[in-house]
Amino acid sequence: MAFDKMELRDVEVWDGNHAAAQALRQCQVDVVAAYPITPSTPIVEGYAKFQSDNFIEGEYVMVESEHAAMSACIGAAAAGGRVATATSSQGFALMVETLYQSSGMRLPIVLNVVNRALAAPLNVNGDHSDMYLGRDSGWIQFDAYCPQDAYDLNFIAFKVSEDHDVRLPSMVHQDGFMTSHTAQGVTTMDDDKAYSFVGEYKPMNDMLDFEHPVTHGVQTEEDWHFEHKARQHNDLMTKVSPKIDAVFEAFEKHTGRKYSQVETYDMEDADVAVFCLGTSVETTREVAREMRTKGIKAGVVALRVIRPFPFAKIQEAFKNVKAIAVLDRSAPGGAPGAMFNEICAAMYAAENSPLISGYIYGLGGRDLTKAHLVDLYNELEANVKAGKVTTQLQQFIGVRGPKLAYL
Amino acid sequence: MANTGWDEFEIGAMLRSFDGKIDDIAGTLQEDRAYSPNNSFVASVADWRIEKPVFNKDYCIDCQFCWIYCPDISIIARDKKMIGIDMDHCKGCGICVEVCPTNPKSLLMFPEQAEEEAELANWPAKDEEK
Repeated sequence: MAFDKMELRDVEVWDGNHAAAQALRQCQVDVVAAYPITPSTPIVEGYAKFQSDNFIEGEYVMVESEHAAMSACIGAAAAGGRVATATSSQGFALMVETLYQSSGMRLPIVLNVVNRALAAPLNVNGDHSDMYLGRDSGWIQFDAYCPQDAYDLNFIAFKVSEDHDVRLPSMVHQDGFMTSHTAQGVTTMDDDKAYSFVGEYKPMNDMLDFEHPVTHGVQTEEDWHFEHKARQHNDLMTKVSPKIDAVFEAFEKHTGRKYSQVETYDMEDADVAVFCLGTSVETTREVAREMRTKGIKAGVVALRVIRPFPFAKIQEAFKNVKAIAVLDRSAPGGAPGAMFNEICAAMYAAENSPLISGYIYGLGGRDLTKAHLVDLYNELEANVKAGKVTTQLQQFIGVRGPKLAYL
Repeated sequence: MANTGWDEFEIGAMLRSFDGKIDDIAGTLQEDRAYSPNNSFVASVADWRIEKPVFNKDYCIDCQFCWIYCPDISIIARDKKMIGIDMDHCKGCGICVEVCPTNPKSLLMFPEQAEEEAELANWPAKDEEK
């Protein structure tokens, strides 16, 4: 069955959702099983439209929940297809059980997660609660800061996940509404160039190989479970990171666009740095440049790859810095922020001992303003001058009422 | 197998039914297939069962309902004739009895320790109200 190719301009005005849907089309995904949820809906809607307009040779499977969506994706991936879907928030939460199945079964599914807050109270806007919920699921996690990233990282995700040395699923995260519904210029690849980057899907242990029948999703108890989990963790820790570097390099050669597992901005001589994720990165970069005109050597560090956590690359990024603010956009639920903990762990084992403070911000889509970030950089500068963290270790930014701080 | 290390097995929660390539699986009866030790065909799960189905061929009309509905492929049929139950894999769910359309039923559930011959001799009579 032949499908049509689509003419694209070199630069299209796309929001993050459309960019992701176009990437799924250009990768010629065989199966998308989906239960649409705001703000990720246009991704799977887009795939469905491309599919019904004969731009994709694939199947769109409508299911009754996100749990069923990922379950159908698991079945399709085990059968031997290139598989993707998208979700957000509550839908992601309902998928969690099956996320562990897909990574444990080593099925290279790509899941676009359009980050959104978790209820209660119900909220459709962007924060990183759902993204953080996927932290321990054994998936690879990529973080897009803008629609261009959302487009590019889908190709990168398929290329990494489907490698036979990796065979682990990937999430491509983008911020709900701020990326997913904000149209920007996206530099495109034509269909042939795009498909040639991911190439034809190469099945492995597929159920449709009738000459080599396999049982997928077996049970192991205390006798073998630990070995399977150890193998999965080992591959995440040792095989995935070099593969991502190689794919980033190949992508740069293919498109001229460069990605790194840890993205650094103005860090060459920075004394103070803000660590953040998602759309906050672009705002913080702008503020860092402004702080430099006021004599504060400010920089920004962000993760492009959240899992596997680039421990050594984080140490390298912060090796000359004196004070770090780690921003977490998820309710910490009675603990320090998750990224605060992880950055602290990395820097505890590093040679320099930067001052690290944590900030909780932006829950439920609350804006992080430039004024917030100016205050934050000034606070870091004060910490450097004092030689110690002058505030409590965990502060809330942009919440009503008296100043909220702990630890 | 017991001494296999974490890095010595194939990735994924996956087991192969056969060692190596096989041909004509559809044309080979189960008992003639060279299953791998990893395949559940060579592992008995009979001890899960607390009630067992007993088959009375005198009433069977070979409708194959039990064969179709059995979730564990434990109804043995050859040439579209029901010939018995694979008691190594039957878990005693009773679905075969539920779907059996004959009067009296050709399959009934009995306690695991029941004597098959005695139960066959005392098989219920036809239910005239049906």
